[in-house]
Amino acid sequence: MASENVMHANGHGAGAHADYLDSTKGLWSWLTTVDHKRIGLMYLWSVVFFMITGGLLALLIRLELLTPGPTIMDAELYNRAFTLHGAIMTFLVIIPGIPAALGNFILPLLLGAKDVAFPRLNLTSYYIYVVGALMALSTLILGGVDTGWTFYTPYSSTTGGGVSMMVLAAFVLGFSSIFTGVNFIATIHKMRAPGMGWFELPLFAWGMYATALIQILATPVLGITLLLLVMERVLSVGIFDPNLGGDPVLFQHFFWFYSHPAVYIMILPAMAIISEVIPVFSKKTIFGYKAIAFSSVAIALLGFLVWAHHMFTAGMSLFAGAIFSFITFFIAVPSAIKVFNWIATMWRGSISMKAPMIHAINFLLIFTIGGLTGLFLAALSTDVHLHDTYFVVAHFHYVMAGSNMIALLAGLHYWWPKMFGRMYNERMAAIAAALIFIGFNATFLPQFLMGSRGMPRRYYNYLEQFQELHVLSTIGSWILAFGLFMCLAVLLASLRGKKGVASNPWGGKTLEWEALSPPITHNFEDTPVLVHGPYDYRPQPVPVVVEREQGVTH
Amino acid sequence: MTWFRDFLLGTPAATHASDVDGLYIFITLLTIFFFFFNGALIFYAAKRWKRRSDDEVTPHITHDTRLELIWSLIPLAVVMLIFFWGFKGYVSAWVAPNDAMEIVVTGKKWLWEFEYPDGTRALNDLHVPVNKPVKLIMHAEDVIHSFYVPAFRLKRDVLPGRYTEMWFTATEPGVHQVYCTEYCGKGHSDMLARIYVDTPEEYEVFLREGDEQVRKMPLKDLGKLVYENKGCATCHSIDGTRGQGPTFKGIWGKMERGTDGKEHVVDENYIRESILVPNAVVVQGYEPIMPTFQGLLRERELLGMIEYIKSLQ
Repeated sequence: MASENVMHANGHGAGAHADYLDSTKGLWSWLTTVDHKRIGLMYLWSVVFFMITGGLLALLIRLELLTPGPTIMDAELYNRAFTLHGAIMTFLVIIPGIPAALGNFILPLLLGAKDVAFPRLNLTSYYIYVVGALMALSTLILGGVDTGWTFYTPYSSTTGGGVSMMVLAAFVLGFSSIFTGVNFIATIHKMRAPGMGWFELPLFAWGMYATALIQILATPVLGITLLLLVMERVLSVGIFDPNLGGDPVLFQHFFWFYSHPAVYIMILPAMAIISEVIPVFSKKTIFGYKAIAFSSVAIALLGFLVWAHHMFTAGMSLFAGAIFSFITFFIAVPSAIKVFNWIATMWRGSISMKAPMIHAINFLLIFTIGGLTGLFLAALSTDVHLHDTYFVVAHFHYVMAGSNMIALLAGLHYWWPKMFGRMYNERMAAIAAALIFIGFNATFLPQFLMGSRGMPRRYYNYLEQFQELHVLSTIGSWILAFGLFMCLAVLLASLRGKKGVASNPWGGKTLEWEALSPPITHNFEDTPVLVHGPYDYRPQPVPVVVEREQGVTH
Repeated sequence: MTWFRDFLLGTPAATHASDVDGLYIFITLLTIFFFFFNGALIFYAAKRWKRRSDDEVTPHITHDTRLELIWSLIPLAVVMLIFFWGFKGYVSAWVAPNDAMEIVVTGKKWLWEFEYPDGTRALNDLHVPVNKPVKLIMHAEDVIHSFYVPAFRLKRDVLPGRYTEMWFTATEPGVHQVYCTEYCGKGHSDMLARIYVDTPEEYEVFLREGDEQVRKMPLKDLGKLVYENKGCATCHSIDGTRGQGPTFKGIWGKMERGTDGKEHVVDENYIRESILVPNAVVVQGYEPIMPTFQGLLRERELLGMIEYIKSLQ
């Protein structure tokens, strides 16, 4: 295989170096590592831990909603639970999930690099993440936070509990995100394997690049906003609270100026993974490489111009509402292009329904629903009806939870043999994928209907007419939880086996499959040189040098 | 299509709701169509081109400009249609007609207060006449709330320190649920209200006798409500302190000397006259500054004031 993609000065010197998992021993060697793979794994386990924490909170929330009125907790506890669920899932799971965990591990390998551009900065960003996470958890001792993860003023400037601490935690976590973004941009610019031009970059790298742009440009705005909020709470400086002469809607503008682009921090990496998985399991070159790459960048840039579509009912001018709605619709187009490109990639391929591909197809179906239901909320008149109802809850779970999480699972199953050198039980993994798909839809499809019928979000109590749908949704949450638990168990069970997976079990064409499974600390014995494109599945791949001379564009 | 609409959204009850419903159903059908369209393509491909051996060769298709233009331009056209449709509905719900009846809405943790043009106030129950435009002028006292009437397909945030507006013409007599849809703390999910859309006859009754809440309230409590809501408290104290007018404390049964030099006993008729024709008798030592409440109070509210003053011994 090696000779197909890469020219080596010497072949793989198997056994010459121990793999990155075994090269050095002991906890200290992990805590002080600058190896992007180890840092990626530390991120991964942290994200998994918080996903379980946030998931358990979600199960409690769904259980509470089984009946109207009190079921297992009182209103104050419920409000704290959904706030913590939202804050953990957003800031500790979804935003770092794909870029910091999988991206850290895979990006340098995909580029044929030894590491990221700034390994120490990479470790720093992990520790900042840990500090931010501990700060977020410390709010539990400080009396909890009951503002919702959006921290809307003036509620958040006046309520008690650990709001300031939670807000500072999000501020600190922002730096972790910025550091990762800076690192990835520098890595993609400077560390590509010899011969790898911008249009021979694997699409995962394009997705990471677009994500990193948003992380760097938008996160500071959130940081400033959250600091202003803390200043208001602690020093009573009037910025957002009308009682101090502030403007509460200003907070919403600031907040969404970050948090809307942040939605694309969540979805672009998901799309990036899908762009890798589908060609491999279709054994066919990606359809519309440039369209996919540029639509990622287009989504990232347009994402900055649409924040106020979260505020159509908040008291904006008619003109502003119209502009924000209009631009929002333009994001629908690159999203649609990507979906059609992925389906076209499958067309006439050689399709192998392994666990990563099952997850990828689940992603396509769930993202189709998530994307199209966005149209209801981008359109002004229907948004007025649906805003802040369960319809919105269902929509953003389809995009942020469903699409992002399922893409993460697709990537995890795809790269697992590379990361750990072991293969999981594929049959069980496929069953878990099916359960996750069923459970997810059972949980969130009923919520669209609840929302269109008027059920508001963040409601502890509700009218009886909504109970049937709430019961359906709660039962769905149990199926989903079981599926996720099974998925985790299948993956972890594989770690008990011996290492011994071939370096390229799926027949991928990108550079990471040239490294050993698991890779050595420096990834490659010798710097790989890119010979042919990342998705060239022809029996006789054409060298990129030749393709460039012929003016062939992907 | 009516059953489909009612299943998804519930029966609409205001003039502009049908426009919202039309767009909602259009996008719903679009979503269902594309879900099954994409799903069918994916499953067809997965079955038709299932991998049978590991050395299968696939065609090297990098792109197809014509196809890509089609699936870029068609979605673009569809979303532009949706944009204009949604914009049209939003604009029509924006500017209230000039003859709209104005009601002031105050949101506070965790209740809704309504004030009618005649000064009547009510909590959580709003009566409006059917087929008449009504404009709500809303503000909040503490944090942000949001006034949501699903049957009207309308929602507007209610902000502290600023006014927002919303208007509607209700078309269906009956009771419609109102929710608070901006998270506001512990009682957020109980911050509910109802809009009673009355037929002209029912609305007449409401204007004459007040809403059900008021009709069932004990007279003394009703009197207290009138005292607090109609401005009596500005001049008349209930704890004996002297204000612009005499205190109500202990006034019942007292003999008051008027500016006409005569003695008047404070009884039912005296109180009634003092409210409706305030300058008929003015107590010595006070200015004749009280405005008349003729036409501003219902019969039962007058009785309530009398009972309330009786109770202030």
